[in-house]
Amino acid sequence: MNLKLKIWRQKDTQNRGKFVNYELRDISPDSSFLEMLDILNEQLVTRNEEPVVFDDDCREGICGACGMYINGHPHGPDTLITVCQLHMRKFKNGDTIVIEPWRARAFPMIKDLMVDRSAFDTLIQEGGYVSVNTGSAPDANNIPIKKEFAELSMDAAACIGCGACVAACKNASAMLFVGAKVSHLSLLPQGKVEARERVKRLVAMMDKLGFGNCTNTGACEAECPKGINMTNIARLNREYYKAAF
Amino acid sequence: MSLAGIFLITFLLVHMGINLLVIIFDDPMVYNRAAHFMSSNILIKIFEIVLFGGLLLHVIFALILQVQNWFARPRRYNKANYSNTSFFSKFMIHTAGIILVFLIIHFIDFYFRVKFGHSTMIHVDGVMYHDLATEIVDKFKLLPFVIFYIAAFIFLGFHLIHGFQSAFKTLGLDHKKYTPVVQALAFIYTVVVVAGYSIIPLVIYFK
Repeated sequence: MNLKLKIWRQKDTQNRGKFVNYELRDISPDSSFLEMLDILNEQLVTRNEEPVVFDDDCREGICGACGMYINGHPHGPDTLITVCQLHMRKFKNGDTIVIEPWRARAFPMIKDLMVDRSAFDTLIQEGGYVSVNTGSAPDANNIPIKKEFAELSMDAAACIGCGACVAACKNASAMLFVGAKVSHLSLLPQGKVEARERVKRLVAMMDKLGFGNCTNTGACEAECPKGINMTNIARLNREYYKAAF
Repeated sequence: MSLAGIFLITFLLVHMGINLLVIIFDDPMVYNRAAHFMSSNILIKIFEIVLFGGLLLHVIFALILQVQNWFARPRRYNKANYSNTSFFSKFMIHTAGIILVFLIIHFIDFYFRVKFGHSTMIHVDGVMYHDLATEIVDKFKLLPFVIFYIAAFIFLGFHLIHGFQSAFKTLGLDHKKYTPVVQALAFIYTVVVVAGYSIIPLVIYFK
């Protein structure tokens, strides 16, 4: 298939950046989106041009390293996948594909399609952990946990921290990410001990880092590659009120 | 923000209930007496201050949050808003702006006229009443007013349909079983409020 690409190119933070148009021919519909970009980069290198910079790592849809805003969707038009799992068969021959980086003040630009998502690491350092030494994996059912809570916690723990929620949100809010962390830890007995402190620290840090506010629009849930539910945001609010009063 | 919103949602029902008296009863004094009670009762006067406080808080918080949200994404996307989300939630600040303009005009039309003594007075059984019922009827005999008010109610509906259920989520109330009930209630409430308010100018105009 033949494609027209409109890709955001930006040398560094000092540079203003602009869209650059590229044309690609004979791309296999079975190739992945990142493979398509690899082909483009090979052609750019051959022409002695600067390749397009983007983040990626495992290319198996589990690490959360890759991420770009494709035709108005984080991770592209398909649902419940990261961009490395997006295949070119989702597009039509002759399509124009607009590719932009995640845009948020808390995710400053590095280069082209790569942004600095270390704000998420800062949040994890602030409260995405339990302070007790849990040692090696305990025997199953050593600590009795209600199945309902175990499942809710595991669902929240599926978050890979890719940043699609922030990218999708019209307010660049990180509430789904923080909500997932709070749910993941506060629903389990090991995490309950410092639940109040954790949620207060996380919310304060989230505001400090410059993320926006949640208006319950639901773009985060619609675009999350791991299907993290918005009920985690309501739980975050609940936990915060409990901690504050 | 959400508490002030829920408070305003409750007030809208009370206001609508009293307004409907204009079209339910032929005698304009029924509405005038209700309006007189609302403007003279001490408890209601206190409630009025709380109401203005609630409205002010709702507006101030909305502005602060919106400015923070704009700052959170200094550079916009070229292609944005394609995610599969509720349509009206994307335009809350825009519908809010329209409602605010409507409120200012509505205040000039009715509230300030009463407060600053520009409305017509009538004398019944030794008590002076503002003849608001007649003023409402006079106003809604004019087509541009009818269209303007109904358009404002429709935008209010757009604001409410998301605001109602979003307020619950902000308060931490989201549940697999009860959230669909809240969403259904939000829809019913919005339809009732928009229809209830819109029917008043329509009935008066076509009567």
